[in-house]
Amino acid sequence: MAYSDQVMDHYQNPRNVGKFDDQDDQIGTGMVGAPACGDVMRLQIRVNDEGIIEDAKFKTYGCGSAIASSSLLTEWVKGRTLDDAAQIKNTEIAEELALPPVKIHCSVLAEDAIKAAVEDYRKKLAAQA
Amino acid sequence: MKAPVYFDYAATTPVDPRVAQKMSECLMTEGNFGNPASRSHKFGWEAEEAVELARKQVADLLNCDPREIVWTSGATESDNLAIKGIAQFYKGKGKHLITSKIEHKAVLDTCRHLERDGYEVTYLEPGEDGLITPQQVADAIREDTTLVSVMHVNNEIGVINDIAGIGEVCRAAKVFYHVDAAQSAGKIPVDLESLKVDLMSLSAHKMYGPKGVGVLYVRRKPRVRLEAQMHGGGHERGMRSGTLATHQLVGMGECCRIAQLEMASEADRTLALRERLRRGFDDMEEVYVNGDLNAHVPGIINISFNYVEGESLIMSLPEIALSSGSACTSASLEPSYVLRALGMNDELAHSSLRFSVGRFTTEEDVDGAIEQVRHAVEKLRELSPLWDMYKDGVDLDSIEWAAH
Repeated sequence: MAYSDQVMDHYQNPRNVGKFDDQDDQIGTGMVGAPACGDVMRLQIRVNDEGIIEDAKFKTYGCGSAIASSSLLTEWVKGRTLDDAAQIKNTEIAEELALPPVKIHCSVLAEDAIKAAVEDYRKKLAAQA
Repeated sequence: MKAPVYFDYAATTPVDPRVAQKMSECLMTEGNFGNPASRSHKFGWEAEEAVELARKQVADLLNCDPREIVWTSGATESDNLAIKGIAQFYKGKGKHLITSKIEHKAVLDTCRHLERDGYEVTYLEPGEDGLITPQQVADAIREDTTLVSVMHVNNEIGVINDIAGIGEVCRAAKVFYHVDAAQSAGKIPVDLESLKVDLMSLSAHKMYGPKGVGVLYVRRKPRVRLEAQMHGGGHERGMRSGTLATHQLVGMGECCRIAQLEMASEADRTLALRERLRRGFDDMEEVYVNGDLNAHVPGIINISFNYVEGESLIMSLPEIALSSGSACTSASLEPSYVLRALGMNDELAHSSLRFSVGRFTTEEDVDGAIEQVRHAVEKLRELSPLWDMYKDGVDLDSIEWAAH
């Protein structure tokens, strides 16, 4: 199966690879997928006091499309508000990366990851209040 | 982009130039193009002579009688003919078959088809070493069992089953024994004079012959009878009709001749290459060889690089042509059914690569592959949250994953 140029680009030069301290109150962490299914994504966001995502990092175990989906996502969420980021749809990711039908689940996983990260951050915020 | 280096000899092999030469002599006007079944002229007689020489070359490799060789289009057809042919011919005796969970799909799907036709099939589970034991077969045989089909060498992991032992069990119980030998013939010795095997499937393209031709060995003593699956002119003693493709058969004969001649030296050379490859990953953490290395063909090795997913690993190896043990590249997202049958956890099954080396692989090819694979694994582990967790001492089994 041939990969799209967009997938290859993110795969070969993944953006924002890494890990934040998940105990930090400014950090929201979303870990989705399962090793048994061949995909695990960990997406982390750092949110400032205005509720804007300042930075994002990811690590992904999975196929090239899963890696590309999460790499793209870290680029997209930076500078967005939490609400805005949580609105990102898997179809937008799939379209941007030209994913074939069998790889759509990778974009679904990415959507789940950002939603989980936002939720994690909001839970921390609520716990502080 | 330069062509990738080929590490997928278990999928298919290039045709040996000596084989291609012989084949090309059987195609055109000035060559041996006749129909081997034409009895009324020289063209037919010469083609028949070439086909019978090829049949003898195959028989010599297996140490059997040429009259026991039936030409087919490949091992898939041979598997179909053997399994359906026996099951249907002997259905009066019983409708139970025995096979294993790690057979090739040509065997498994044929068995599934028979199940829909009212047959019952027992699927034996291999041990962690990937092997099926004669005792397992003995325990599964019933009064109504007509056929056991257990492969010689597994195509994904390269382990060698004890077909001599399984044959003894089958013969004692008066049950026919079919062996898919697509991965073993021409690579390791097969002696049908001593083996109690009744049917054996072979494919030319796994041993430097052309695609589209294979044989089914059908034993004469004790006699094995089959229900034909292809009806027509009654070729191959009624077992497989269809005009014999002289050039294909001559190609298979020649590749068997070469295999017999060079098997010992080639096995040494191939084993040395495979071991060189294996040792190249020796000092890496969390790398596992799948299947028992003490019962293994020289050319195949299946390795799991834990915490790295197989498809992405292959993607980072554009200069190496190999296959993932995981079936991720297909529409199915299931990891390899063979590795799972060994009791391996899904992560490791998702993380496996099958390397297969052969006649035209060089030491430089192997060294290059080691370097590239090591680099790719390191890069992907840097990207892997599972590797992070492993390094932090987190037990992955303790986490409740949301399966999707």
